[in-house]
Amino acid sequence: MDRALERRRAPLNGLPRWFVAAVAVPPAAFLLLFYVWPFVTLLARGLGGADVAATLSRSDTWRILWFTTWQATASTALTIVIGLAPTWAVSRFDFAFRRVFVSTLTAVFVLPTVVVGAAFLAVLPDALDRSIWAILGAHVAFNLAVVVRTVGSAWERLPSDLDHAAAALGAGPFTTFRLITLPLLRSSISASAAIVFLFTFTSFGVIRVLGTAGRPTIEVEVWRRATQLGDIGGAATLTILQLLALGGLVAWTTVQQRRHAIAIRGEAPRRRPRPVGRQIAHVTGAVGVTTLIVAAPLLALVERSLRSGDGYSLAAWRSLGNNEIRPGLRLGVDPLGALQRSATTAVWATLFAMVIGATAVVAISALGRTGKVLDAGLMLPLGTSAITIGFGMLITFDTPPVDWRAEWWLVPIGHALVATPFVVRSALSVVRTIPADRAAAAATLGASPVRAWANTTLPALRRPFAAAAGLAAAISLGEFGATSFLTRSGSDTLPIAIERLLGRTGRLFQAQAFALSTILAVATIGIVLLVDRGGDRARRS
Amino acid sequence: MKRLPSITTAVTTAVAVAVALVAVSACSGDEPDTITLLAYESFPSEPDGPIALALDEFTEQTGIEVEVVISGDTGTMLSKAALTAGNPEADVMWGVDNTFLSRAISTGVFEPYEAVELDAIPAEFTSLVPNAEATPVDFGDVCVNYDISALVNDDVEPPTTLADLTLPQFAGKLVVENPATSSPGLAFLLATIAQFGEEGWEQYWQQLRANDVEVVSGWSDAYYSEFSGSGGDRPLVVSYGSSPPFEVIYAEPPLTEAASGVVESSCYRQVEFAGILSGTDAPDGARALIDFLVSERFQREVALNLFVFPVNPAVELDQAFVDFATIPDSPITIDPILIDANRTEWIERWNAAVLR
Amino acid sequence: MLDVRDVTVRFGETTVLDRAAISVGEATITGLLGPSGSGKSTLLRVIAGIVTPDAGRVVIDGVDVTEVPTHRRSVGMVFQDEQLFPHLDVGANVAFGLRMAGVGSAEREDAVAGLLGLVGLDGFARRTVDRLSGGEAKRVALARSLAPRPRVLLLDEPLTGLDRALRDRLADEIETALRATSTTAVWVTHDADEADRVTDRVVHLGDL
Repeated sequence: MDRALERRRAPLNGLPRWFVAAVAVPPAAFLLLFYVWPFVTLLARGLGGADVAATLSRSDTWRILWFTTWQATASTALTIVIGLAPTWAVSRFDFAFRRVFVSTLTAVFVLPTVVVGAAFLAVLPDALDRSIWAILGAHVAFNLAVVVRTVGSAWERLPSDLDHAAAALGAGPFTTFRLITLPLLRSSISASAAIVFLFTFTSFGVIRVLGTAGRPTIEVEVWRRATQLGDIGGAATLTILQLLALGGLVAWTTVQQRRHAIAIRGEAPRRRPRPVGRQIAHVTGAVGVTTLIVAAPLLALVERSLRSGDGYSLAAWRSLGNNEIRPGLRLGVDPLGALQRSATTAVWATLFAMVIGATAVVAISALGRTGKVLDAGLMLPLGTSAITIGFGMLITFDTPPVDWRAEWWLVPIGHALVATPFVVRSALSVVRTIPADRAAAAATLGASPVRAWANTTLPALRRPFAAAAGLAAAISLGEFGATSFLTRSGSDTLPIAIERLLGRTGRLFQAQAFALSTILAVATIGIVLLVDRGGDRARRS
Repeated sequence: MKRLPSITTAVTTAVAVAVALVAVSACSGDEPDTITLLAYESFPSEPDGPIALALDEFTEQTGIEVEVVISGDTGTMLSKAALTAGNPEADVMWGVDNTFLSRAISTGVFEPYEAVELDAIPAEFTSLVPNAEATPVDFGDVCVNYDISALVNDDVEPPTTLADLTLPQFAGKLVVENPATSSPGLAFLLATIAQFGEEGWEQYWQQLRANDVEVVSGWSDAYYSEFSGSGGDRPLVVSYGSSPPFEVIYAEPPLTEAASGVVESSCYRQVEFAGILSGTDAPDGARALIDFLVSERFQREVALNLFVFPVNPAVELDQAFVDFATIPDSPITIDPILIDANRTEWIERWNAAVLR
Repeated sequence: MLDVRDVTVRFGETTVLDRAAISVGEATITGLLGPSGSGKSTLLRVIAGIVTPDAGRVVIDGVDVTEVPTHRRSVGMVFQDEQLFPHLDVGANVAFGLRMAGVGSAEREDAVAGLLGLVGLDGFARRTVDRLSGGEAKRVALARSLAPRPRVLLLDEPLTGLDRALRDRLADEIETALRATSTTAVWVTHDADEADRVTDRVVHLGDL
């Protein structure tokens, strides 16, 4: 009797326990070994000894914390303010290239941070190159997709008749926005603000490329202390300081979200109207300006890659294999090698992420409460800064028998850690929509649970897995923070090579960096557009 | 409707591609009789250059191939070595200098070894490493260099002291290296600390900053991109006392007079070391390479390729080098113990005074 | 007092309204009857200024308002699905139009109490709108539209979604409220009985 009940409780129509257990082991082990352990090691290192007192008593620490906070706040505010206009346009109207527009914003969000930094370096006049404006600009362009997607999904569910009702009561467009739309969007705006703040607070690649040595974020300072000053303890303490700040933010937004949740019952309209009359100008303006903010820097990348001397030439592209400072003197950066290494790393990282992600999805959906723990655990790396992950791994895997610093798979594993959450999320959302009846139906037709599962669930996972694989590859190609710690001399990945080339003053090196950035940008955008289109097809079919 | 490739196909393809790529990259490296020499970025690494030819002779003698891997600036290279101590990126490291040496020793980067010809090297160098953690390989002086013709064009007399650099006629003319990442940068910082004292050096740097000093991350950036002698627009650069002969010897057409001069009172003595990285899996080869690096055969390439002085007194120097290089009578030095105790704090304070 | 002259509306290829014309007298209730898809709602939206006509004019009190935006037309509208503001309570919903007109808060509160009494919802002012029943929500929507005293009130199928008994009762109550405030109204419905019951005149959309 008890056993019968037990069996009934297991979802997925009772996959055998040995199967579920076998499948749960790899993701759990992966998480414990490569995330939890390094994380705990880092905590222990940061909290131990005199480093805490030394770090907290340095006035520098507070100055850096202050800069990190205010640039993140300013970036977030700007992103929201600038993002609301295009959000309005895409959630209210249908227009030519609407889909392409949204996909492009998404692609920019997935772009490597180093590439976005390089793009703003390319587009801004020299006077602004290493100014706070460059940093803010890059952060805004980067995160617009967060606002457009998060706020947009709430906005398109707001019936437009709500605006009309307000207008019929005498409220002009701006008043309607202020008194009706804004309060109703408030919880989605604060949700996207929290995400943008998280990303900009832990900004690393953009600051490394666009910031000055005297104005680091906590993330950059951790890197500088660890890799330039050799101050491991101080760097670890700073990591903890950053974690505390982020923990506070998460707690605060959770409370805010709960307090201001307003149920919006509407659904997204099947068809959005085309803009008419004055709307045409407004929509064109909003979409045009946004496209300019996002696309101009990317075009500037290409333009600058062709400008290595006076006038335009392909010199930088042709000399990608070579970086002599002077005959006989080389930079130690091998762009072509980096290209090949990045490709290899991406393939492996994708493979690791897919194996871990796929087994995790099966385990999570079969395991009930334990599954939820695994699910939450696998999401953690997403909220952890890349620096924390790379730094933790570097100081954990440095003693035999786990001295893995020289292993070729360490960098792809680090990338897989960041990419796995995406695989799990996109696949789980599909698994949860599969009616349990379908497996039951297969079972009544005589299929064993494993067979029924293979016949009903597996085919549905094909598309989300293909999309997730694309995303994982894109993430790996652009990963910079964790790689900065794990990479070894002579085996740089593309983003590392780009940053090193950008740090040089020679025009040819700059142009080479822009050429490599162009390659990386094209690869990432291509992957995202492909994944996005695949997703659309799946939705339509 | 076109379908996306199935997941099985995708995975199979991915595995195939990955295996192929790894196979390709595996072919190129890691034979047991190859050792890796890690060096700072201004180390010449062209395949057919004199340094490479010298290393080829080492291969002929011992059967051991040497692969040169270029890291970043000295500071970055050393920090990376500290983080990878015990499982190093290479077998031998070239180029830690006396300003960074104590850090390398305290972080256990090196495995002690006494080179065969160590006794031939003057005690003023070997005394810096009493336990033979590293082996001195060259020395030189970090000095402010000036572009003679650029100063003549501006109708400005060359500076003669460090204090001169804060004068208005040198505004916007000096480029230095960041002491956190660059060894000549650190040496120059130490020179100013020795000159102006614990109380005064920050103020001096604030004056330099007000005089629009430019800071770049490494020597090759400073010398090859910013210095007017090589096409940049700053006529004053922190470089080496042996930089002028370089300009004479490699000039086209050949010069008979130096194009750049050295501010002798600004010179800080720098000794560079090579060492065996602890945890190397080829300790015998690494020892043989250290022996070779201080041998007369390799040492005679040091002057004309790295533009520093060889530590091996058996080497005869090129006449142009002797004529145009500056070896100051009393270069500035600071006690290594003092450097070790204060390096991080000095760099932080410099950061605060100059970069913020 | 309200004149719709030869209004044509096209959505892409389809012509929804073809030279529709209607004239409504002061303080009358005009029923607009027609099958679904006949363009009734579109006509209301043209009058309200939510939809811009491809041709034709809308004239209120002798003034051509075709180019005037909705919020300056003094036209009230009761939507099919009420469109109450979910983040405001009942009182604030009803007071919204008065607030837009710059009426002071004390005065607003009195007016809200009066209007809620008129639609039979005494004491509802502090309620949140997501707790209202279907009939209550309709009454709040009516009270909200009446509050700023619009020159024309447009009702777009105000009774859909309610059961028969409630519809009849609510229809009478709305009529009473409209008569009590001498409001000029256009009442769209697809139910001939409902139209006959409450309106002074019924216009079939096919007849326009």
